[in-house]
Amino acid sequence: MTEQHSKVAQLLRKHERDILQQWLSYQISATTMRADLIKESDLREQSRRFLQLLTEVVQQNGDDENAGSWRSVKDMLAEVSRSRVAQGFSPSETATFVFSLKQPMFDMLRREVRDVEELGREIWMTTSLLDKLGLYTTEAYLQSRESIIARQQQELMELSTPVVQLWDNIVALPLIGTLDSERTQVVMENLLEKVVETGASIAIIDITGVPTVDTLVAQHLLKTVAAARLMGADCIISGIRPQIAQTIVHLGINLADIITKATLADAFAIALQRTGAKVTRLSGKE
Amino acid sequence: MVVLKDETASIRSSDDIVRVRRIVREWAVSLGFSLVDQTKVVTAASELARNVIDYGGGGDFRIEALNNDARRGLRLTFSDEGPGIVDLEQAMKDGFTTGGGLGLGLGGAKRLVNEFMIDSKPGRGTTVVVVRWKNL
Amino acid sequence: MERIPILKMGRFLLVTIQVDMHDRLAMTLQEDLTDRIVKDHAHGVLLDISSLEIVDSFIGRMIGHIAGVSRVLDAKTVVVGMRPAVAITLVELGMTLDGVSTALNVDTGMAMLSASLEEREQLNGGSQR
Repeated sequence: MTEQHSKVAQLLRKHERDILQQWLSYQISATTMRADLIKESDLREQSRRFLQLLTEVVQQNGDDENAGSWRSVKDMLAEVSRSRVAQGFSPSETATFVFSLKQPMFDMLRREVRDVEELGREIWMTTSLLDKLGLYTTEAYLQSRESIIARQQQELMELSTPVVQLWDNIVALPLIGTLDSERTQVVMENLLEKVVETGASIAIIDITGVPTVDTLVAQHLLKTVAAARLMGADCIISGIRPQIAQTIVHLGINLADIITKATLADAFAIALQRTGAKVTRLSGKE
Repeated sequence: MVVLKDETASIRSSDDIVRVRRIVREWAVSLGFSLVDQTKVVTAASELARNVIDYGGGGDFRIEALNNDARRGLRLTFSDEGPGIVDLEQAMKDGFTTGGGLGLGLGGAKRLVNEFMIDSKPGRGTTVVVVRWKNL
Repeated sequence: MERIPILKMGRFLLVTIQVDMHDRLAMTLQEDLTDRIVKDHAHGVLLDISSLEIVDSFIGRMIGHIAGVSRVLDAKTVVVGMRPAVAITLVELGMTLDGVSTALNVDTGMAMLSASLEEREQLNGGSQR
């Protein structure tokens, strides 16, 4: 095995410039090339580095994929993936970075290796190696994407669930967007905290901006209302659209003792009444 | 799954219930549980510890910190050698106790945790094991 | 033996629970409170649980018991200061604390007691005990 590996390594070193040139031209002319997303000079630099690290891996005949040279090339690929995610490349476009190296490598091997059997072996090993690395690139890409999504979700959760104080003793929570179980829990805890902070005796939960409500979300809503009541505050649910009203009845959810109003404005009016406040119109004259 | 550390205590009197609450609270805090999660798991522990005294005639408590694929959790085991539960299904139902059933203890505690296992046979005592995972 | 202090505030009694109560303490509180309602002719009890981090079914039952006993003695009980985490947990536990009035804090709780007292006095034609 050692012999074969060092042959490829040798060839890589000998023909580095040519391979790099060929590889680059393949990448640039490929349909997956995104000249709008990456500069040719950056691509050249990345390719050159990769080739270098690849040569080392092959040289050291490393079977341990966690050891030194493997680690370096993997780290480099992870970095490339991260930047590609940020730049807006798709997973395939990113993996093509590695896979497109196969063609120039095979071309070189065909020119340099005379023995048919040996050629077969070399091509097989090269393709296995590049497959592994290409797949690794895709994994790294996915991981990067997932952590970005998680971060964005967190930010979205925080942005879209503010509790506002409408008046003395009255707070409102206008919910926007789809509610999933986790988000609903966070939001509801937030509401209860705000109720304590402001000393509000009425909390209006407005779901005008919520497209659908499923059983789980409805349960969370009901639990929040129950918890608020235990604490000494009352809840009014407003903004129930016709479809949601139908879903609620269809799911057999019992809103028996909860005040519900069609609009936030109606809910606010009731809340004012119950807290002993009143809105009056000033006379026309200044 | 790995058990990071564990601790045991005996439950003999109502003072021990307070002690169990304190231990569970400390562990939940050190594992980074959110406030609501802490409250839930400590309350569940309180219910189960109380059952050990009220219906088990005293027993033992074990707490373990778990690590399952980067997910952290607490596993609590409550065991006694009391008379055991005759009708498990009935016991799990909610309802205020009139001195007969187990009231809110089991059903309620089950809703406060992520995993709930109970093993009880008349004459052989009762063991309840619950798990609460962080952020679940 | 430690006891939970009961303060007289006008015609009401204020009880602030600040410790993680064990059973004996809870029992003693119930007894003391019952005695005091009668002795002080109290018209209401304000139970401040804002320091309680845990309310399990036992404490929940104690609260219900206190409310029940005071009602029989013609006093109203208002529980104040329940923490959100506690409320959420009680809901999950299935404890509804029916028949127990709650308010957010001591101020609103007092207002509630006063209002209810006024109402009762009006009904009774303004008679005092």
